[in-house]
Amino acid sequence: MSYPRRRFPLGWFLLLAGAALLAAGSAAISIGDVRIPLPAILKVLGRQIFGLDLTVDPIREGIVWHYRLSRAVVAAAAGGALALCGCVLQALLRNPLAEPYLLGIAAGASTGAVMVIILGVGAGAVSLTLGAFGGAAAAFGLVALLATGTGGGTERIILAGIAGSQLFNAATSFIVTTSASAEQTRGIMFWLLGSLGGIRWPDAGLAVPVVLICGLLCLRRARALDAFAFGEDAAAALGIETGKVRVELFAITAFLTAAMVSLIGAVGFVGLVVPHATRFLVGPGHERLIPATVLAGAVFMVGADVLSRTVVPGQVLPIGVVTALFGAPAFVAILWRSRRTS
Amino acid sequence: MTLAARDVSWSAGGRRILNGVSVTAPAGGVLGLVGPNGSGKSSLLRLLGGLRRPDAGDVLLDGRPVSRVRRAELARRLAFVEQHSATEMQLRVRDVVSLGRTPHRGAWGGWTPADEAAVAAALETTGMTGRAGQSWSTLSGGERQRVQVARALAQEPREILLDEPTNHLDIRHQLELLDLLRSLRTTCVIALHDLDHAAAFCDCIAVLDRGRLVTQGLPAGTLTPGLIRDVFAVEATQRYDRHGTLRIDFTVAPPPARHRSLQAHCRSKPEDDRRSGSDSRQETYGHLS
Repeated sequence: MSYPRRRFPLGWFLLLAGAALLAAGSAAISIGDVRIPLPAILKVLGRQIFGLDLTVDPIREGIVWHYRLSRAVVAAAAGGALALCGCVLQALLRNPLAEPYLLGIAAGASTGAVMVIILGVGAGAVSLTLGAFGGAAAAFGLVALLATGTGGGTERIILAGIAGSQLFNAATSFIVTTSASAEQTRGIMFWLLGSLGGIRWPDAGLAVPVVLICGLLCLRRARALDAFAFGEDAAAALGIETGKVRVELFAITAFLTAAMVSLIGAVGFVGLVVPHATRFLVGPGHERLIPATVLAGAVFMVGADVLSRTVVPGQVLPIGVVTALFGAPAFVAILWRSRRTS
Repeated sequence: MTLAARDVSWSAGGRRILNGVSVTAPAGGVLGLVGPNGSGKSSLLRLLGGLRRPDAGDVLLDGRPVSRVRRAELARRLAFVEQHSATEMQLRVRDVVSLGRTPHRGAWGGWTPADEAAVAAALETTGMTGRAGQSWSTLSGGERQRVQVARALAQEPREILLDEPTNHLDIRHQLELLDLLRSLRTTCVIALHDLDHAAAFCDCIAVLDRGRLVTQGLPAGTLTPGLIRDVFAVEATQRYDRHGTLRIDFTVAPPPARHRSLQAHCRSKPEDDRRSGSDSRQETYGHLS
């Protein structure tokens, strides 16, 4: 195929993805042990957001507003955040397999978060995020050091990421098995696989602004990310302050990963699947790709949450299991494609 | 004087790559950097382009040290074409050429008519207008190199630095590219392997050997048989072709004794090919004999 496909107009993409997000969000709010029909959901939203005087069953209202809506909002924010991380890392590292989970950043963030929970360094959502950020930054540093120390190159980064993941996962297990009570252990292991249970509005209050601000900061660097297409020297020759941009964007992705891990655990493969699918549709230019990826990541994650609650009746699968079910085949597909082009 | 290196030294991995090199690019002309493998041509280009900082000495752009010029400002002035360019992204030719506008655009500024005009002109100059919609990954090596030159031109630079741009190109595209570069009003600094091309296309030659500048000057005065023997360890002669262009001929060793019989073999129909080769191949050989 010598001529690439026509690219999807960004406006249409955002419109359709927005509609898909609404649909997935409605499903996520409606489906559960107690099924809540759409009109009831709309009534709750009308009461809570616009202060309308509508009569709603208070139990249903509680379920919709305090449990499911906040959960859907956090799922959307986390999906957008992780997809954004993957998109930025793939461009910066020039590696189609780069994403926070495979690079071990999520594992580092888990270690940091577990240290805060179990060893009781500080307390609350903010200190949890800070602990996770410390772990993520440490993992980033380790992986970067390993990758450059062994001669650089795009394949090395993934190998270094595997080493980093193993190390930090082992550290997490060590802390959990030596210091946690049985009950804590069960809770943490479930959370590490990714769990949206226990999400409330304060979590959304952290997740949504973090994604929006980091998204704008990445969008500001969209042209720099485009310029990295032919490597670091090529980007520098196009007037990009490569060192500064790299540090800034690595810090943003580490922070995004940390914030999401501290909220919902280490959810993998979102950052792998979503940017590739979106790039396929809207093209590789980051000015278009970044907003499209964030929105598509939100749809993907809310959809994954719905699946995690419906695949096995009466049971909630860890959301990381659902994303991995999609992510692992995507990983294979990307490997397959890179084999053919190289 | 537009771009000049003054006494630059540079080391990498504990090894001295460049040692007190001074070169000056002629304004609007073509400076050819020649030298054996590992003589420091690519490194000198990277220092000239501000991509690496010299350990000692200065690179001057209009008399101002390049290290003090902001990156974006430098990229509006000076473009760099690397020897190899590869990407994982599914880009079109147009996308690649448009990257050349990066230093001219702010973080939020849109795509202006000036950007569009620069990209169109760069595509036109390099003869890639008809390929604008084609995918980069489907281009041949020569076409990729031309697209990178188009990208460099889209930067609207006053200086272009090229690292062995004719590598991997067939002879026609080598000559076309060098001819194109010479026809521009832009100052060009080109690292070249082919001394004959350097003699024919460059206004000025700088000869590097093991990180030191051997000489800089007009092609006729620098690419002398004596210097070529000293630096490249081969015998060569200068001549002027019928257009008055300086050419370098290399003296090759006389053929071995079996040469004559091998030539006879190539002229006749090969025995093996008659059995295993295709029909068309036999026809070609039949025609020749």
